[in-house]
This record gives sequence, C-alpha cells and structure tokens, in this order.
Amino acid sequence: MSSAVETTPPHSAQAGHWGKEVRSDAHVALEARDSGGVEIALESRVAPYYGSAILEQAREVLAELGIQHAQVAIHDEGALPFILSARIEAAARRAGMTLGKRSLPEQRPLPPPSPKDRLRRSRLYLPGSEPKYYINASLHAPDAVILDLEDSVHRGEKDAARILVRNTLRAVDFGSCERMVRINQLPLGLEDLAEIVGESPDLILIPKVEEPEQVREVDRMIAEIKQRNGILRPIWIMPILESALGIENAFEVATASENVVALTIGLEDYTADLGVVKTTEGHESQYARSRVVNAAHAAGVQAIDSVFSDVADMDGLRRWGEASRAAGFEGMGCIHPGQIRVIHEAFQPTPLEIEKAKKVVAAFEEAQSKGLAVVSLGSKMIDPPVVQRALKLVARAKAMGAIS
Amino acid sequence: MSGTENAKERIELAQNAAGRTVPTVANGQPQTPFAGVGKYQPRGRKAAPAISSNKDYPDSGDKRVADLETALRECGLRDGMVISNHHHLRDGDKVALMALEAAARIGVKDLIWFPSASFPSQKSAIELMEKGVIHHIEGSMNGPLGDYCTQGKMRGMGVLRSHGGRYQAIQDGEVHVDIAVIAAPTADFFGNADGSHGKSACGSLGFALADSTYADRVIVVTDNLVPFPCVPWQIQGNNVDFVVQVDSIGDPAKIVSGTTQITRSPDRLRIAEMVAQLLRDTGIMKNGFSFQAGAGGIALAFVEYLKQMMKQDGVKARFVRGGSTKFLVELLQQGLTDYILDGQTFDLDGVKSMANDPRHVATSPFTSYNYHGKGNFASLVDAVVLGATEVDVNFNANVVTHSDGRLLHGIGGWQNCLFAGCTILALPSFRDRIPVIVDVVTTMTGPGEMIDVVVTERGIAINPRRTDLLHAVMGSKLPIRPIQDIKAEVEKICGKPARPKLGDRPCAVVKWVDGTVLDTVWQVR
Repeated sequence: MSSAVETTPPHSAQAGHWGKEVRSDAHVALEARDSGGVEIALESRVAPYYGSAILEQAREVLAELGIQHAQVAIHDEGALPFILSARIEAAARRAGMTLGKRSLPEQRPLPPPSPKDRLRRSRLYLPGSEPKYYINASLHAPDAVILDLEDSVHRGEKDAARILVRNTLRAVDFGSCERMVRINQLPLGLEDLAEIVGESPDLILIPKVEEPEQVREVDRMIAEIKQRNGILRPIWIMPILESALGIENAFEVATASENVVALTIGLEDYTADLGVVKTTEGHESQYARSRVVNAAHAAGVQAIDSVFSDVADMDGLRRWGEASRAAGFEGMGCIHPGQIRVIHEAFQPTPLEIEKAKKVVAAFEEAQSKGLAVVSLGSKMIDPPVVQRALKLVARAKAMGAIS
Repeated sequence: MSGTENAKERIELAQNAAGRTVPTVANGQPQTPFAGVGKYQPRGRKAAPAISSNKDYPDSGDKRVADLETALRECGLRDGMVISNHHHLRDGDKVALMALEAAARIGVKDLIWFPSASFPSQKSAIELMEKGVIHHIEGSMNGPLGDYCTQGKMRGMGVLRSHGGRYQAIQDGEVHVDIAVIAAPTADFFGNADGSHGKSACGSLGFALADSTYADRVIVVTDNLVPFPCVPWQIQGNNVDFVVQVDSIGDPAKIVSGTTQITRSPDRLRIAEMVAQLLRDTGIMKNGFSFQAGAGGIALAFVEYLKQMMKQDGVKARFVRGGSTKFLVELLQQGLTDYILDGQTFDLDGVKSMANDPRHVATSPFTSYNYHGKGNFASLVDAVVLGATEVDVNFNANVVTHSDGRLLHGIGGWQNCLFAGCTILALPSFRDRIPVIVDVVTTMTGPGEMIDVVVTERGIAINPRRTDLLHAVMGSKLPIRPIQDIKAEVEKICGKPARPKLGDRPCAVVKWVDGTVLDTVWQVR
C-alpha cells in the first residue's frame, strides 16, 4: 500500500476460483488506481507455456474494458482464454470499472439453426460456474447441452456465470449439440437474457413457470434483443413446470408462444411444492407427468421428462427412461455424461416396434402409389392414426441412427 | 569422485541415432549413445558375484543379526559403495531409508543409491545427499527427488532405467551392487523371502531378483519372520548373507491400496472405452490373446470395458499381465483369462489372489522385461495400454519429465512394454491447458517406431507405419484421425504453448532397454 493520499476511494473486486482442486478456471482480483497504468501479478500452473500469452491477453481485455490504471492479481489454474477473459470482466464489473464495456472472445461460426422438432432425448446440464466441463461436453454426444445459470450457480455468482456463459456460447464448439441456456427465475432471468441472447443460443429454458405471461415476457425480451442484434435464427423456449400451479396451467404455458418447442417438468421442486417425498418409482408425480405429456401433445410440442439424479444407478436410469418413453416423453435431462448413452437407448424404439412401423409405412406407401385411400396390411385395415404414428416412429428411428 | 564434478567438468556430448544430444560419459563411466532399436548387441559375458563358501555361513541356517546397522557393518560397508533397494512396497517403504540412515550413522560417504524406484515418502534422501552420505541416485526418481535432480543439485548424474534395463545393467556388469537390502513381507532365518504373505504383503518381490543373485552382499529385512521354510521363496536364501528382523518394513496403507478406483472422469472413461473398442475392432481381442494394462485410472476402466466386450463376444484371454488389481483378478475368477503374469501387485485383491491362486503367477524383470536375454514376455503380449506425459507428431513419447523439463516420473516397465504387438498410449489430449501432443518431446523415453496408437478423447491416431492396423480399422466407427489433426484442434482450443527453455547441463540420462543412452534430462533453468 502506498502512503499517498487517496483522492478517490479505491474500487476493488474479485471473481473466479483458484486452488489445488480447481481446474480450467482463474481467479482475478482487481484494484483501481489513479495512475501508474496496469500492473499484473500472475501465478499460473501453466506459466512456462502460457505465462506471456496470459499477460498479453489480460492487458488486451483490460484495455477493451476501458481500464487504464489498475493493480491486477491473477491466479490461473489453466483457464482457457474465453474463461480468463470472463473472469477479468466479472471482476472489473464488480469493481464498477467497466462503464458498460464488454470484452467478447472471438466468435466461432454458429452451428446451423436448430429445427423446431429436432431430437431432444438428452440434455446435459453444465453448471454455469464450472468451466472445466464445457470444452469436452459435446464429445459425449448428448442431443443438447444446457449452460445452467439457475440452481447450479450460487446466488453470489450469478453475474460472473452470466458472463462466462456468454463467452462460452461464442467460443466453444458444441458440435451438433443444441445449445440451451437455463436462465434464472424471473425477474432475475431477464438480466440473464440481456447478456446471452445476443450470442444466439438455440433454446432458453425458463424455470418455475406458472403462468403463460411469464413465457410471453421472456419471448418479448428475446424478440427485442434479436431485433436489436439482427438475429434471424430462431431461439426456442422450453418452460419448466415445477409447481402444482404450473402443472395446472400446462396447456396455457405450452401455447403461450409459437417459440415454445417443448414442455418439461422439474420434479425436485414439484414434489417439494406438494410436500411429498420424491421416489425412484415416481408414483407421486405420475399425475403431473401425465398432465405435462398431454398438454404438450395438445399444444403440438415435445414433452420432456425431468432428470434422474442417482448417477451411479444405471439400471434405475434405464427403467426410468423406458417408462418415461412409454408414458409419452421424448427425452429427459442428464446430470452426468455417463447417463447419455443409457437415455438414448431407453428412448430408442425397440427393434420390434421399428419392424412393425416399417411394415405399416411400406403398406401406406404402396396404398399411396396405387391411389388407395385405405391402407391394409395382410388381412387388417390400418387406421390413419396408426399410419401417422408409424411414420413418425420411422422418422425418429432414422434420426437416432437406429435404421439407416 | 567427490565434489561437484559435473558442474565443473566439461561434458562431452554426442548425437545419437534418435537425433538426441547425449553425454558420452556419466559418473565417470563411458556411455554408448542409442544406435537404433535392435542395433546394439554387445558381446561378452555376464557379470557374476564372487564365489561363496558354506563354511562362512552357519550350519544352523540362522543368518539373523541384531539390526540393520550390524548387518551393513558385517557386509563391509565403505565409502562410495553401491547400495540397492526395491520399490515393491512403493510409497509405504521404510526399509530403504532405514538402510541409508544406518549407513549415515556408520559414517560412510558418497554412496551410490540404486533403488528400483524412489518415492515421495523417501524425500529425506535429499538431506542424505546434502550431508554427503549419498553421492547420487541411479534409479527412477519420482516427485521431490526428481525435482532435486533437475534443479542440478545432485552431485552425480542420475541414470534412469526401465525395470528391464535395471536387470540388464546389473546382469551386464554396468552396475555392480555392493550391498542389496531387500524388504521382505515374510522371510525365514535362512533368508528365503516372500512378498505375498504377512502384514506388509505386497505380492511379488521380482524387482529384487537381480540384486539377490548379482550383489556381493544381500541383506533381507522382514517384519514377519516365520520358521524355516518360508514358502514360496521368491528370494532364495542361498543368495542371502544376513537376515534382520524389524517391527515394521512399511506402512500397509501405502504399500497397496485397499481398493483401486476406476476413473470417474467422463473424458477418461471415453478414452478407456475407445481403447477397448480398438482392440475389438482390430481383431486383437480374440480367443487366446493377451494384454497388459497398468493401474492408472484409464487403464483400469479399459479393463472393465474390455471385460464386457469379451463376455459379449465369448472371448477368453490366455494371459494378462499386471500390475494386478482386483479388475484383473476378476477376469481370472470369471474365467476370462487362464493366467495373470504379475510384475507388481497394486491392491489387496491382487495380493490375496497371488497368495491363493496358482494361476496368478509372480514374475520378475528377468522373465518379463530383460532385453539381454533369450527373449522376454513383453514381446509376447498382443496389446499394452500405457500412459505418457507427452507424445510428439512422430509418436515419440516421454514419460519421465513434464513439458517444462522437470523430472517427475520413473520409466518403470514402460519402455519394456513397447515391444508388445500393439502399443497404445491412452492420454487426455490436454491437461490443465497444456497440450499432450507436441512437435518434439521434451525427453524421449520411447522411440516413435515402437508406439502404434495414441488414443485421446478427441480421436485415435494410428502410427502410419502400422498400415496393418490402419487397414484393420477400416469400416470401424472409431474416430481415427491423423495425429497432426488432433494436435491442431487442441492448439486451437488451448493456444500454442511456448516451449520452456532448458538448461545446457545434463543432470540425468535416460537409458534404452539395451543400456545405450536414449536421451538426456537437462537441468531446469
């Protein structure tokens, strides 16, 4: 500390994490000063390889944020550049030093827009303050990744997580995964939207939805930001119903916006709301889940199940997934990459179902080519809904790679 | 030989057949630079210990003396002698330090410590080096001792050898062991010793075989003395001079782990599964095949995945090679392999199995790894799964130093295993932002021509020399990619790392399996 008289109180703040157990993250402490330029003290476990790259990047980021004089201490645990810049920006914002400026990592080419009815068997939750999971998430091939700003992020970390998730959307290659973000419950979720919608996530999950107006509010804000940023590609919405009231309003919520593509349920909060114990069998939530399936189908959107929280119990997960598919759900959440394959298998039609459906489709095509209105298979007449179901099943099975 | 000779003396350097710069003399001994795989074939005769007479040993067979200090005095311990120890008690070993500290009390100086490997728990050997009791270490140096070496603080030059190379060096007379001190979980007064029984049981004592047969003097130290005969006698009492009984030879909790854990990292599990799929898809996994995998998290998970595939396809192995763990033991018990040929035992299930199941066989570096023999088991193994700290675009690999040049790991059996039919390195593509695939390895521990496949979470690179493997995986769903591609992708994520500048003073040499010098470990700046 200098003994000079301070004319303005120093702004100081910190963000990020460091320590022996921390991987792929960094901790940044910033202290504003009146003069003397930027001084950076760096400790990094990768210093011999990236020490000068980190210092150079830190200076660039600070310059972009408009910071000319500061004392900066960085403890780096192998943070990739988009993580490091997010931590610097978070610290700077907390210190009130950025004046609204941002430092955006280079934008990767965006993946193709996400079709409304794409496969959504599995969505892998990635905590918004745990960057070490991001880079390799798509290697495990879930249908979607969810960058989570809600329950997995501590209340005091929401601001930093938002910046990190924004940078992640710009910088990380998620392959063919749909890029979802779970925002916080409104109204906090609106601040999340302001930060991340500009980066064209494919889908926004809104937690604890009870009223259709909540969906409309999110939809309006998305539309506004899209327009401001000239974003033309769709940003879909998946409301999460997590209370008795939400379940009662399922259909209204599902039809609140054309951008709603799926309806899902959060069982932890729902069972808590009911004051019942959540069991592996799930009898206590049977009604709610059926209600979600019915409302979703009535609204023409996908019904997506909750998560299965025992990551060690693969047999239990398989049973849950199979029952879930039988009940009309098209997918569920996963909290560990190890669950993805089991879920995909559980939501895949059985070979027998595929065989039957293919026969129906063949009979339908034959009838079409002959100009017949009635489809028959052997001695049986096939009803139109059976044909529709078979067509859908075959298309799904193709998308899953179950038939070539 | 005393003083800080390496620092002062001019060290002659030469370039070897791998293009690496190596010293021509280490610790006063002339060295042969690596000449290429299979190119160096020395003639001559093996070393031999002096002839002993039964007259000098008690007819009763009782070779016990009061303590280790007495035994060392009786062995004629002098300044500058070579003292050997073995690492079958791993980080739990107490005997090596017991012996070195006894030597310090006797007051000798400038010993050359020749362990089969050293461990972090033995870091007080640094104080003994500072005091002059130990001149230098010839043997794998893990953790703090490795750091000490690459900081250039050791007076002599470190010599790193594989398990097989250590046997070769003793057998060929490159290293003459004056006194071997062998920690024995069970022994009798005659010196017969066994590792698979007793409170400090560790499994095999194979690492001590060479020392027990070639050293001038052999001391067995045990905490479980049984009446003659100690059966099985992995170490034969006929080679042993003295037996010392102590309260404890080591910390059982650190000798073997109660349970070995499979990795829970999804990325590492993915690597393990791809390795198993590779063995299946290339047809290596077939009836009567064999493989070796270590005790690292990826290797253990690989065994689990392979086990499922073997069951599915009705395939049985003829033998598997340890480092054994409960995962290999399960293969044996479930009839998925006829034998475990075990070099060292990592967990309690492994130790129990070796003690009770005749199909779980203790092996030694002589049978498994020695390159100057009439063959060894390593080249009979169909596939081996190994780790590395770095691999370069020519498939050369490093297991001893980190990319910053710090010496942190031993070679173990790694070099010897490269002779398997298919050598697979299973590695994450980067660790803490540091890419694993580099342009040129910091320290060459294995020549690229011996390394066939690199499996990372981002794809599998097959050595272009192995056209047969490339052919075998055609039509497989595995993500086969050129190694350059994987490297480029990782550098895009992490940024291209700067290459740390190494010093120009050699502080250790890396021996190849034939005793030639493959590479140099340079002092870290």
